[in-house]
Amino acid sequence: MTTTPVADRSTATVAARATDLSKIYGQGETQVVALDRVSVDFRQAEFTAIMGPSGSGKSTLMHCVAGLDTFSSGSVRIGETELGSLKDRQLTKLRRDKIGFIFQAFNLLPTLTALENITLPMDIAGRKPDKQWLDTVIQMVGLRDRLGHRPAQLSGGQQQRVAVARALASRPDIIFGDEPTGNLDSRSGAEVLGFLRNSVRELGQTVVMVTHDPVAAAYADRVVFLADGRIVDEMYRPTADNVLDFMKQFDAKGRTS
Amino acid sequence: MFRTALRNVLAHKARLLMTVLAVMLGVAFVSGTLVFTNTISEAYQNSSAKGFDQVDVAVQPKSQEDKGNTINKTPELTKAQLDTAAKVPGAADTIGVVSGFTAMADKDGKLIGGGFQSQGGNYWGDKDPRYPLKEGRAPHGDNQVAIDSETAKRAGYKVGDQVRLSVDGPVLTPTVTGIFTTDDGNVAAGGSLALYDTATAQKLFGKPGTYDEIDVKAASGTSQTALKAGLDKALGTKLVETTTGKQLADDQAEQISASMSGLKQGLLVFAGIALFVGTFIIANTFTMLVAQRTKELALLRAVGASRRQVTRSVLIEAFVVGTVAGLTGLVAGIGIGAGLRSLMGTLGATVPDGPLIITPGTVATALAVGVVITMLAAWLPGRRAAKIPPVAAMSSVHAKATTKSLVLRNTLGALFSAAGIATVLAATTMDGSDGQAPMGFGAVLLIIGVFILTPLLSRPLIAAAAPVLRIFGVSGKLARQNSVRNPRRTAATASALMIGLTLITGMTVMAGSLQKSIDKMASSAIRADYVVSMANGNALSPDVDKKLRATDGVTATSPLRNVYSRIDGQGESLTGVNGSAIAKLTDLKVDSGTFEVGGDQVVVDEDTAKSYGWKAGSAFTAHYEDGRSTRLTVAGVYEGNELIRGILLDSAVVTPHVSDPGDMQVLVKTADGANGATKDRLEKALGTNPAIKVQSKQDLSNDIAQMFTLMLNMLYGLLAMAVIVAVLGVINTLAMSVFERSQEIGMLRAIGLDRKSVKRMVRLESLVISLFGGVLGIGLGVFFGWAAGELLGTKMATYELVLPWTRMAVFLLLAATVGILAALWPARRAARLNMLTAIKSE
Repeated sequence: MTTTPVADRSTATVAARATDLSKIYGQGETQVVALDRVSVDFRQAEFTAIMGPSGSGKSTLMHCVAGLDTFSSGSVRIGETELGSLKDRQLTKLRRDKIGFIFQAFNLLPTLTALENITLPMDIAGRKPDKQWLDTVIQMVGLRDRLGHRPAQLSGGQQQRVAVARALASRPDIIFGDEPTGNLDSRSGAEVLGFLRNSVRELGQTVVMVTHDPVAAAYADRVVFLADGRIVDEMYRPTADNVLDFMKQFDAKGRTS
Repeated sequence: MFRTALRNVLAHKARLLMTVLAVMLGVAFVSGTLVFTNTISEAYQNSSAKGFDQVDVAVQPKSQEDKGNTINKTPELTKAQLDTAAKVPGAADTIGVVSGFTAMADKDGKLIGGGFQSQGGNYWGDKDPRYPLKEGRAPHGDNQVAIDSETAKRAGYKVGDQVRLSVDGPVLTPTVTGIFTTDDGNVAAGGSLALYDTATAQKLFGKPGTYDEIDVKAASGTSQTALKAGLDKALGTKLVETTTGKQLADDQAEQISASMSGLKQGLLVFAGIALFVGTFIIANTFTMLVAQRTKELALLRAVGASRRQVTRSVLIEAFVVGTVAGLTGLVAGIGIGAGLRSLMGTLGATVPDGPLIITPGTVATALAVGVVITMLAAWLPGRRAAKIPPVAAMSSVHAKATTKSLVLRNTLGALFSAAGIATVLAATTMDGSDGQAPMGFGAVLLIIGVFILTPLLSRPLIAAAAPVLRIFGVSGKLARQNSVRNPRRTAATASALMIGLTLITGMTVMAGSLQKSIDKMASSAIRADYVVSMANGNALSPDVDKKLRATDGVTATSPLRNVYSRIDGQGESLTGVNGSAIAKLTDLKVDSGTFEVGGDQVVVDEDTAKSYGWKAGSAFTAHYEDGRSTRLTVAGVYEGNELIRGILLDSAVVTPHVSDPGDMQVLVKTADGANGATKDRLEKALGTNPAIKVQSKQDLSNDIAQMFTLMLNMLYGLLAMAVIVAVLGVINTLAMSVFERSQEIGMLRAIGLDRKSVKRMVRLESLVISLFGGVLGIGLGVFFGWAAGELLGTKMATYELVLPWTRMAVFLLLAATVGILAALWPARRAARLNMLTAIKSE
């Protein structure tokens, strides 16, 4: 397992692609390079985990690809759309229509019911949700009897399931998760990850997730490792042990170098 | 701990600024009021003290008591008495003072000043020590006059000019021979003073050979009291009384400060309202500051700070804020004080010059108010801060919504409101002045009750706005939900606006209704086309009636001639009218008998009839000042009003008994009705006299309307303060809400809510809160306006409630504007929020 050239670009369609993506904070001596010419593809109907130690740039990569943050150079495409040239308005619209999000916390509006939270992106767009699809999603995350509850009345796991349902409900081209199970106990975390994997397997959804947990990463089809703003490796069909081993080895390498 | 508190103050500059502004406005108003009233009183006192420095002892006639049915007239001071006074040992100079009314016209023929401060008097000899001449020389004879320098400057009169003057009838056009300076308070307040030589003044004011006052100046070495004793001995104390100059100055000073105290109290009430509203904002701000710093405070607790230390740190913060606000408020207040003085100047009331007076009391009050109010308002949030468990530092939950039950609060609020409504309603059934105190008490109770209940009221009232908000899609929906999310905060914010609007609406309803009823009273009872009266409310000379009657196109006139008499040993004012014309000139409702005035037939109004126990057909005897009397019969009883009331009888019956008859008004009916040409003709007939007002019914209505508009505008100006403070409160609340919800807003932005919609969401929330406050305020205001009207209605037959719909719509619009304006900055902040920092997990 040494450096494999990034991505097998031949077969599947690419949902999102970053090319030579750099993100630099500050100037001169205080300059910090968060992303250093990163190129990566996220293929359709694939579940990708982005891993790396703190400060490796994994969240920054996700934020840039998801159109939440600006980048210094390079390019990012979601489907056919190049993000670099978009204004805030267009970016917002893109996020609304093409992207789903699951954050670690504060996913839900406390004033809205679970159902209202799920349909929120469509409410914002002023679209009617697809009833049948909504049903499927709700069925999948098992929230049918909780739809009228407000977030405060739901457990942490249930809240994240609502967040998953919200991300799925508008059928986005790609879903980004930022440590979606970071605040959950292992059982609830496993549930949420299970839903995400099912959505990829059964519904053909594309999911990209940032995590530092090897167990979570093991749910993905592919793991991309980042260190010091660069992609250092990737792994297909990971298991928790594999990932853990790699991280240990990587940590050791990092320490000796 | 002190350093921590200080750091905190500086860490939240924007919030600090807002809190300081809120306190500052209140303090500024209080100290401005104090500076203004102190300055004005001092200036008046100085000028009155100066005004009396030529008088060591003043001799005035002593008013005599009436006994039984005889009228004892106040004796006049004679030349003999003047001579006696001059011979009293220690008397250096004596001046016989004659004073009266003189209206002065400017070069366009318009009256200078308001009429009430138009004065005339005598210039004593060739060099009157009271009035140092600036230019020219003393007036002599019928055709010369001296005028004061202020008026001369204002109207542009110079020595040698002719001026139009009027005393009570004919217009005089004497030549100005001198211009003098004076410290007279009335002149300082915008009036005019015209001086004639003594004989002319005595003739013009109807006091031939007599004086109103004798001013005596003491020779050097003689004290005022010694001189007073000497004068008392020489003149006796039966017919005259003597007063020392010092006493006169003191009396006037006291009178001035008494008349200022009403104004001062009025202004302080408004300052109090501004402060009261400000208190909510301060409390709100500190609650928010504490909520915002939950973790920080919990961390302090976790590392070993005691509860008391936490509370103290909040209070120290409040102290710093209060001190800063108190000081800036004081400075702003001094500005307001100076501004008010010049504002009064531009409104026509000239205020005497003098230094700005800033007493230590003002400074102390400003600081105390600033510091005490801020610390009081911060006390509760401070205690809440201390209750934050150290564990909160570890939890990731941001600001928890208040889940504390509102049951106690609602019960209390309901009790207060019910008691308030009951008291107000009970007060409306009472009689006039008796009901005032309970009504005020009930109003305060109700306001407090509604204030306590606002969190409860917020839900249904804001829900009512839902259909409108739905138009705005998600933004509207979120705005509505956000606004009821923290009912306490919404309530506190809305109440600040509510209180201001309650007062504004209440005043407007009352003023509108009163204006309408006075208007109706004045116009409905009169058939005359014109009412002629003196500008200062003095009596007109009987010549006026004669001249008017002789004017072309005039079909009927009647004077309303005031005659003092005694009936059954009591003083009673009779109104002499033109018996044959009065029925044509008035439209008074007759309750019993007939409306017949002539010979011994008189009509009386209900109140008078009741107090004497008269009915149609009763007879009584009126005794006059000349010692004679007539027997009169009540022909009918009519409904009186503000203009026409009391006993009406034929002036031909009473005029012979009066030495100096005067008419309060003259009613005029013309062939053509009221129009510009007729009015010109009437004015010309009276010699285009600046002192005489010829007013049609429309003019009277306009006058009344103008008076109310002026009053209302002043009130609006004062209450604007409360509204400005309320705006600050809304800004504060929104800024806090935006801060607290930054993660939510970040999430919304991430999942696709654009900046415009975020802005709209904040703006709509602001609008909802402001309109909520507005609706409550206007509702309460209408209720209070109605209740106050019910109370007044018992005294005023024509009272009817007028709801100023347009005004109310304007107020609601004002509330909406407040909402939109207040949301400008918070909405921008929300839209500019960095999504990433907002959603980044910690």
